[in-house]
Amino acid sequence: MTPGQIVQEQFSQQMIEAHDFRGDQTLIIQAPALRAVALFLKEKPELDFNFLMDLTAVDYLFFAGGRVAKAWRFEVVYHFYSLKHNQRLRLKVPVEEKNPEVETLCDLWASANWYEREVWDMFGIRFKGHPNLKRILMYEEFKGHALRKDYPFNKRQPLIGPQY
Amino acid sequence: MTQTRSMLLNVGPSHPAMHGVIRLMVEVDGEKIKGVDVEIGYLHRAFEKMCETVMYAQCFPYTDRLNYVSPLINNVGFALCVEKLLGIEIPERAKYIRVIMSEISRVTDHLTCIAASAMELGAMSVFLYMIKAREYLYELVEEITGARLTISYVRIGGVKADLTPGFADHAFQKIAEVRRVLIEVDGLLTRNRIFFDRMKDVGKISKEDAISHGITGPFLRSTGVSYDVRKANPYLIYDRLDFEIPLGTTGDNLDRYFVRMAEMEQSLRMIEQCFQQIPEGEISGDLTGCVIPASQMVDRAKMGQTREFIEDEVAVDPTLQGSTRKYHDAINADKKEVVLPAKENTYGNIEGLMNHFKLVMYGHGIHPPVGEAYFPVEGANGELGFYIVSDGRDLPWRVRVHPPCFPIMAALPKCLVGGMMADLVATFGSVNMIAGELDR
Repeated sequence: MTPGQIVQEQFSQQMIEAHDFRGDQTLIIQAPALRAVALFLKEKPELDFNFLMDLTAVDYLFFAGGRVAKAWRFEVVYHFYSLKHNQRLRLKVPVEEKNPEVETLCDLWASANWYEREVWDMFGIRFKGHPNLKRILMYEEFKGHALRKDYPFNKRQPLIGPQY
Repeated sequence: MTQTRSMLLNVGPSHPAMHGVIRLMVEVDGEKIKGVDVEIGYLHRAFEKMCETVMYAQCFPYTDRLNYVSPLINNVGFALCVEKLLGIEIPERAKYIRVIMSEISRVTDHLTCIAASAMELGAMSVFLYMIKAREYLYELVEEITGARLTISYVRIGGVKADLTPGFADHAFQKIAEVRRVLIEVDGLLTRNRIFFDRMKDVGKISKEDAISHGITGPFLRSTGVSYDVRKANPYLIYDRLDFEIPLGTTGDNLDRYFVRMAEMEQSLRMIEQCFQQIPEGEISGDLTGCVIPASQMVDRAKMGQTREFIEDEVAVDPTLQGSTRKYHDAINADKKEVVLPAKENTYGNIEGLMNHFKLVMYGHGIHPPVGEAYFPVEGANGELGFYIVSDGRDLPWRVRVHPPCFPIMAALPKCLVGGMMADLVATFGSVNMIAGELDR
């Protein structure tokens, strides 16, 4: 059984979607179940995902010019890796535009700390329970969140010099 | 009654050892470090945002500037991720070329890291020797790609140009030179009391901490964890090569130095094996009198005289050498919707010209299906992963890089706290922080 199937069986109620496009096992789960699933991934011996390899987010505002309907605006994307079983798993959590907040995974994987700060910086998604949620790549005075699709790529916010 | 207080010390960003891009706020008690706060972002250039505004093929110049000490590996990683999204395979020869160029880049990266950290400890001659060795390898890179740093060499579905005719011999000569330098450096550093004492048991990190922080690459392997993407999830032709993963035991600066030194030797071995296995590419034939300047070919094609130069080759500008018809098929996938045609076809017939424009015009270009893919490659610092989301258009919807030195920088306080202030520079040097990929 693949890791994706094991998780699907355990959390069938909280599962929104599962696919393995191009061989990448992907699960989309409901946000409230995130910590339970994450803990399961980490603690279950058959899974043993000891690496949180990557954590990022995607903004689906006007995805594909509006042709593909998405029920939510953001997805927080987790890439897990198990050293013991040499398996990878992608976990996605939908986030609403109104209250962009998910639970933190800082206490389970130390790597989540900076990644979550980056997601907050770039997408404005808050992580509940994060010990130090402040901007990491941009400066504190920066207004907006640069990787959101409604942030123009050519907008400038000079920190020093004349204000436009 | 004496009263003691700890002092806050600001190191960087304008400090030579911080490369001008990192700020450490260090809390010191005398010479002992009690706490460190790392501030990054000084080199943020919006890589991920800019990739969303250009077509897939136009992202390559941006990826050059991620890890600018081994840009070829970034190129390869990005191309592999897009190819995974498209579901295409590339020819054998292109795979070998990619591996050869990646391994050359890995050696240049490790050379730079060890050279710079040795220099920061005062070993100036080591720096000069290793930069000399790196120069030999840059000459190889230059011979193939036409550039030294911003190479933009890899293409989706293949590579830009084939290897030059005498490349294998040149490479063997340079590899011998690099090996000589490595022996020199080994003699200068490994048995050097000062270097040894300054590196041993400094900047330690435990296995568990390294895994929890998501650290990969030489930094993780120095703690004794055997994880290398080239072995765990072999891509291209790494499964056909015989190489070892050097491991450390304690995870201190000295182990990281040893791991990097041993990895360079493994990379050089891999390059040698690739030259033995690589399938033949160019068809040898006498082209004397059949090479036409591009302008003439275009003029004659406009008059419809295309049948005459079916066997002819176009003389292209040096940056395009190695991408003409005689090389094209061996190094590019047979996919017209992805790969630019051979230059003879672009200049000499309407089908090739249309194919070319269909790939370079906005709104046309490469259209991967709607979906997402993550592809990890072994960068010089660790797992370099590209995560690309496509919405079926010619512009990527989202390009995410997993930069290998990002988690290492997050774990830097773990290595520094409890140590001495003077060791900060040595430990920071062993991280091999590359701001281009850290801040993107």
